[in-house]
Amino acid sequence: MSIVIVGAGQAGLQIAESLRRGAYEGRLVLIGDESFPPYQRPPLSKKYLADQMADERLYFRPLEQLEKQQIEFRPQTRVTALDREAREVVLASGERLPYEGLALTTGTRVRPLPVPGADHPAVCYLRGLDDARRLRERLPAAARVLVVGGGFIGLEVAATARAAGKQVTVVEALDRLMARAVAPVVSDHFASLHRARGVEFRFGVGLASITAQADGSFTASLADGSSIQADLLVAGIGVLPNQELAAAAGLECRSGIVVDEYARTSDPRIVAAGDCTWHINRRFAAAHRLESVQNAVDQGKIAAASLLGQSVPYQDLPWFWSDQYDVKLQMVGLSQDHDAALVRGETASGAFSVFYFKTGALVGVDSINRPAEHMLARKLMQTGAVVPPEAAADPAFDLKTCLPPA
Amino acid sequence: MPKITYIDVDGKAFETNVASGLSLMEGAINAGVPGVLAICGGSCACSTCHAYIDDAWTTVVGGPNDIEDATLDLANERKPSSRLTCQVQITDAMDGLIVHVAKND
Repeated sequence: MSIVIVGAGQAGLQIAESLRRGAYEGRLVLIGDESFPPYQRPPLSKKYLADQMADERLYFRPLEQLEKQQIEFRPQTRVTALDREAREVVLASGERLPYEGLALTTGTRVRPLPVPGADHPAVCYLRGLDDARRLRERLPAAARVLVVGGGFIGLEVAATARAAGKQVTVVEALDRLMARAVAPVVSDHFASLHRARGVEFRFGVGLASITAQADGSFTASLADGSSIQADLLVAGIGVLPNQELAAAAGLECRSGIVVDEYARTSDPRIVAAGDCTWHINRRFAAAHRLESVQNAVDQGKIAAASLLGQSVPYQDLPWFWSDQYDVKLQMVGLSQDHDAALVRGETASGAFSVFYFKTGALVGVDSINRPAEHMLARKLMQTGAVVPPEAAADPAFDLKTCLPPA
Repeated sequence: MPKITYIDVDGKAFETNVASGLSLMEGAINAGVPGVLAICGGSCACSTCHAYIDDAWTTVVGGPNDIEDATLDLANERKPSSRLTCQVQITDAMDGLIVHVAKND
C-alpha cells in the first residue's frame, strides 16, 4: 500500500499525520517543491517579516518528527504529471511513484501584477518562505514602501513596514479595505487605524505601470494619471489555485480542484484539500474556495478519512484571523452574502464585533480586539444557536443565554 | 536548558530540555508530544495546544493573559490549571516543570 501527498503545506502535513493517527501503516510520501520542511505561513507577513522569528520556529515539526512517523518527506521535488491509469505520480527527475491513494494539497500561487514593468526587482510578493526572505532582505534599505492591494496580506505587510518606520502607501482598486471579507464598518475602522499610524491610502484606483528610476527606485503610475515614487513594492492582489496537474490529469476543476463534501475529486482514489480546492462544506449551499489555516486543517482531516475508506462529511465552521499592529481581527462564518450587519459595542473604543445576518439567521461574526466575543460567536455558530439580531446589537444582552443548554 | 516533562492523555511521559525563550508549545512540538496540535501555530487563535500545569507549578507558570483566557473558553475540559502552551514562555525558573496535555481535537 502506498499513499502519495503532493504539496507539503499545512493541508499536506495534516493529511499525512491524520493518516498515521488513523493507523495507516503503508508507505507515505509527502512531496514538496520548496526546500524547507512544512512551515506555517501566517507569521510570514507579521513576526517573520519583522525579523522577530527564526526560520526553525516556522517549521511545524523538526524533520526527525516526520521520520519518526515514517513520513517520507521529499523536499525540492517537482511533480510533472499524474498518471491516473498507471496510478503513478511522475516527478521532474523522471522517477515514478506508485500510489493506491493520492492527495493533492498543491495550494495557491500569487496572482502576478498584470502591468508593464512588473518585472522590476523592487517588486515583491508574499506567499512562501522564499518570498518572505526576499522581502525581509529588501525591507531595511527601502524608505518608501508601496503596497498594492488592501487585503489581509497587504495590510499586514503595511502594518509591519510602518512599525519598521517605513513610509507606506496602500493602493486599493476597490473603495474600501478587505472588501471581499468584511463589512464597510470594519473596513473603515482598519483604514482609520492605519491612517492613525501614518499609512496613506489610494482607494478606487488601480496600478497602471511601473517605471524604473536610475537610483534603483521606481515610479508607479496609477490608472487616474497620478504617480507614486517608492523603493519597494509589495503586491497582495490575490492568489490562483495550483490546479494544473489535476486539470492535465483530467480531474474536474473550476476555480480550484473540484471536490465533494468528502474531499474526493472526480477520481475516487484521489482526494484534495486546502487552498487549492473548490469544495463543498455542508454548512453552505454553494461550493467555494477558501484560503485559510482552518480549511487546510479541517479539510485535511476529511481527506485523510476518505483515504482510509471512511466517509466523514466536511461541515466545519470557517474561522480566520488577521493581526495588524496590536489589533486582532477574528472572523467566524462566511458573511459575504449577509443582508444585515449589526455592530455590537462602540467602534470608537477600538473593541467591537459585527454580527452578520442573512434572512434573520446568524452567518458570521467579525470581532476586533474582542477575543472573548469571537470565542462565544464560534460557540453560538457551532451549536446552531438562535441569535435574535436585536440581541446581537444590544451590548447589555448576554449572548451566552442564546447557547443551547449544555 | 530547563527540563520539561509532558504527560500525554494516555499517561505517557515525554522528558525534554527546552531552551528558555521558546514556548511550552514549541517544546512539545519539538519533542513530538502527541496531542499538542497548535494548528494556528501559536497565534492564540485555536486552543488546540491546551494543557494543564501540574499543581506544584501553577504559581511559577502563572495564569492566562486576557486573549488566552477568552480562547481557553473554547478548549475541552477547562480547569483552573489550564493554559494554552503557546502562550507560556519557558524561563529558567521552570526547570523541572510538569505539564499534562489536555484532550485536544
